[in-house]
Amino acid sequence: MSIIVCEMAENGLLHHGKVLTVDTMNPNVKRVEYAVRGPIVQRALQIEKELKEGVKKPFTEVIKANIGDCHAMGQKPITFFRQVLALCSYPELLEDNKFPEDVKNRARRILQACAGRSLGAYSASQGIELVRRDVAQYIERRDGGIPCNPDNIYLTAGASDAIMTMLKLLVSGEGPSRTGVMISIPQYPLYSAALAELAAVQINYYLDEEKCWSLDVSELRRALEAARKHCRPRVLCIINPGNPTGQVQSRQCVEDVIQFAAEENLFLMADEVYQDNVYAEGCQFHSFKKVLFEMGPEYSDKLELASFHSTSKCYMGECGFRGGYMEVVNLDPEVKVQLTKLVSVRLCPSVPGQALLDLVVNPPQPGEPSYGTFIKERSHTLEVLAEKAKMTQEILNQVPGITCNPVQGAMYTFPQIQLPPKAIAEAKEKGQAPDMFYCMKLLEEKGICLVPGSGFGQRDGTYHFRMTILPPTEKLKIVLDKVKEFHQSFTEQYS
Amino acid sequence: MGLKPLTFVRQVLAACIYPSLLLDDSLPHDVRKRAQCLLEECGSIGSYAPMTGIRKVLLSVSEFITRRDGIVSNPDNIIITSGSQHGIIVLLKLLVQSEGSVRTGVLIPVPCYISFKKALTAQGAVAVPYYLCEEEGWTVQIKELRRALHAARGHCNPMVLYIINPGNPSGHVQSKASIEEVIRFAAEERLFLMADEVYQSIVYGNGREFYSYKKVLSEMGSPYSNNVELASFHTISKGAIGECGLRTGYMELVNIDPEVMQYAYSLFTINLNVPVIGQIALDVMADPPQPGQPSYALYAQVRVEIFLTLMNNVQRTLEVLTGLPGITCQPIMGGVFAFARLHLSEAAIKHAKEKKLKPDFLYCLRLLEDMRLFASPGCDFGQEEGTYHIRMCLATPEETMEDVLQRLKSFHLRFIKEFP
Repeated sequence: MSIIVCEMAENGLLHHGKVLTVDTMNPNVKRVEYAVRGPIVQRALQIEKELKEGVKKPFTEVIKANIGDCHAMGQKPITFFRQVLALCSYPELLEDNKFPEDVKNRARRILQACAGRSLGAYSASQGIELVRRDVAQYIERRDGGIPCNPDNIYLTAGASDAIMTMLKLLVSGEGPSRTGVMISIPQYPLYSAALAELAAVQINYYLDEEKCWSLDVSELRRALEAARKHCRPRVLCIINPGNPTGQVQSRQCVEDVIQFAAEENLFLMADEVYQDNVYAEGCQFHSFKKVLFEMGPEYSDKLELASFHSTSKCYMGECGFRGGYMEVVNLDPEVKVQLTKLVSVRLCPSVPGQALLDLVVNPPQPGEPSYGTFIKERSHTLEVLAEKAKMTQEILNQVPGITCNPVQGAMYTFPQIQLPPKAIAEAKEKGQAPDMFYCMKLLEEKGICLVPGSGFGQRDGTYHFRMTILPPTEKLKIVLDKVKEFHQSFTEQYS
Repeated sequence: MGLKPLTFVRQVLAACIYPSLLLDDSLPHDVRKRAQCLLEECGSIGSYAPMTGIRKVLLSVSEFITRRDGIVSNPDNIIITSGSQHGIIVLLKLLVQSEGSVRTGVLIPVPCYISFKKALTAQGAVAVPYYLCEEEGWTVQIKELRRALHAARGHCNPMVLYIINPGNPSGHVQSKASIEEVIRFAAEERLFLMADEVYQSIVYGNGREFYSYKKVLSEMGSPYSNNVELASFHTISKGAIGECGLRTGYMELVNIDPEVMQYAYSLFTINLNVPVIGQIALDVMADPPQPGQPSYALYAQVRVEIFLTLMNNVQRTLEVLTGLPGITCQPIMGGVFAFARLHLSEAAIKHAKEKKLKPDFLYCLRLLEDMRLFASPGCDFGQEEGTYHIRMCLATPEETMEDVLQRLKSFHLRFIKEFP
């Protein structure tokens, strides 16, 4: 017995700790946080479990208005898309009379383009060629005929995959020459998480809350100049329509940003996943690609741009499919080779996701059997979202202590909340960000799950929360009323 | 490559995508039941899945592992991935320190399939090659592991041992004793074990069985079973189910520091958003139709057919290859590849040098140009200096395999005549 013990002690098995510890792992991982699924969501899931187990609470269900998950909140999928995808998955259904001809033709067309005529085969790493061609044509139609080369289209597993891939490519250098990436505050926390993982330098530029979260070039300039002292700024990220802010940038603003990026030699990353979600009167989506080319060759020949889109948002809401693409413009040809190589490491994006994307960029046309239903479904979804955006803004603005900018687009509201100093103090004692403290209490008392503004970034001394406008209208009204009640009682409690 | 998908899987997927199909009797009862169960779990396949995977699927996978190993598997230690490659990439993100004076080293077999090497480079890890022993059928030699490890310690911090079983491209299936040796080595030298087991369901018998690293580790008892840190990878892309396009797999983590897991979750959240459709297919792989259920007969039949096809292809390939002068091939115990050795003449090698190409690359290029047959050269996978190989895929219908072999045969005979 003792001999064995000695042997083990010699081998160090008894004395040494783990090989993989917090100290030996990739140090960048420590800084990765993603508020949308962070601690408040963990607690929400726990509460749901407790409710299931019969624990008594002041509410009967947790309403999760934290994540932009349309279908989870009751939005219906588009029938045409699901029918075609079902047929692609199980082609025997092509014999079934239940399905209209255009659905069948579309399924056949997609299967023909897949290796082995199956969704189950690997596709080319950049994506199925037919789909990339269809995406290119979609972009051309959207942008008034400005040419789009399918070779510049990369199909990806949602926009997140594309964004992370581009950032990986863009980040290099060490110390003062480490790549700096400009992102809006507030921002969608995928960006900050990705920058943390890549150990890039995050350069914050503030959107103007007083002016409906618009972007001011002078603020971009301020942020850039300050950053130049300690890093090498190379990238400018913009989300339009905005997340969490919901603002839709004006045409002038898009031009200003392009001009700024060109002058300052920055790579532009345009996250346009909410491009169909535009609600407010007088607002319109202007794609960065379109504006770039309309500004003439001085800009369109030179500015390096990557635009991102996805099947997860807009009227499709198919988050679970992981469909998306990016279009790269003016990328150095040698870099493009490297990009193509980089995406090949994970082999290929989900083929059903690519198939879905094909349908999104190539929906039913007038005259086709599925057209009527498709248009009805799409319009309905977008109209309801528009109504909810308006309702949300109106109700929240009625609450003393809550101010809400118009929800011009996207799927969220990001109102500012006034917190009494006593509440702020208590939060600080608990080591919590004050708006996290607020949101946690809202969750415990009313069963509503929101994401605190601190997860997205905000000006010092201001507090916000992000709420989705996705729950069905009646439920959303209940949520808004509960938030109203809570805010009033919270303010009283801590006055 | 022409092999058909499994009907049950596809029927379940179709029903989950378009739930109206559940309203009539066109689909078998067990298909509808499974689809309904999964839809209840995830609501809609258009929804984001929970962080580490849909709960029901995690449970199915843990039960699958439990049945396979005879040892209880905890669903909390299972993470659903977007395919094993993606899982590997994300795990490397967790493990690898790519900056500073000492970069993380990862022991990697030679030969090894290409994507893993790319993943290492992409993450900034240092690849530390260890040569598999061709003469003994591509076995893992501890002596060689030790040599590689000690050589590496000078210029990096070797922390991870990556092993593929069944091997790709080697086709070797490790014996239990070999696995135990590797585990002991990892324990002694303090290495994190990454076990890539995606071909576990494709083993051709002949006295060789698949043993999972998890199982052997558990059976070795303390101090190994409660100390050695292990990540095992599996996928729906291989095996009879073969759904590569759906991009789903899983990894099982053993003995990971709980503090590390806290951080790992954030990393997984932003990197792993696995298509729901794929998770459904994974559920079917882990929990297939059972005897007595309506879909069982067809499911079992097709699985057997696929397996017989593969076995036939292995047999025919070995017959043809070993019958050709200048080609030798080690026994193919598992996986879907043949990795044959080309004993090229001096003339051929000289010719390749003149063309500034590696000799096996030239061989494959000519094979492609002359016979329109695509095989991968050994130089892509790594090999001992002065040796040459080709890798061919065997997962194809029997007629296609015959065609492939005939083309290879006639090409090879002409080639060795051209370069005697």
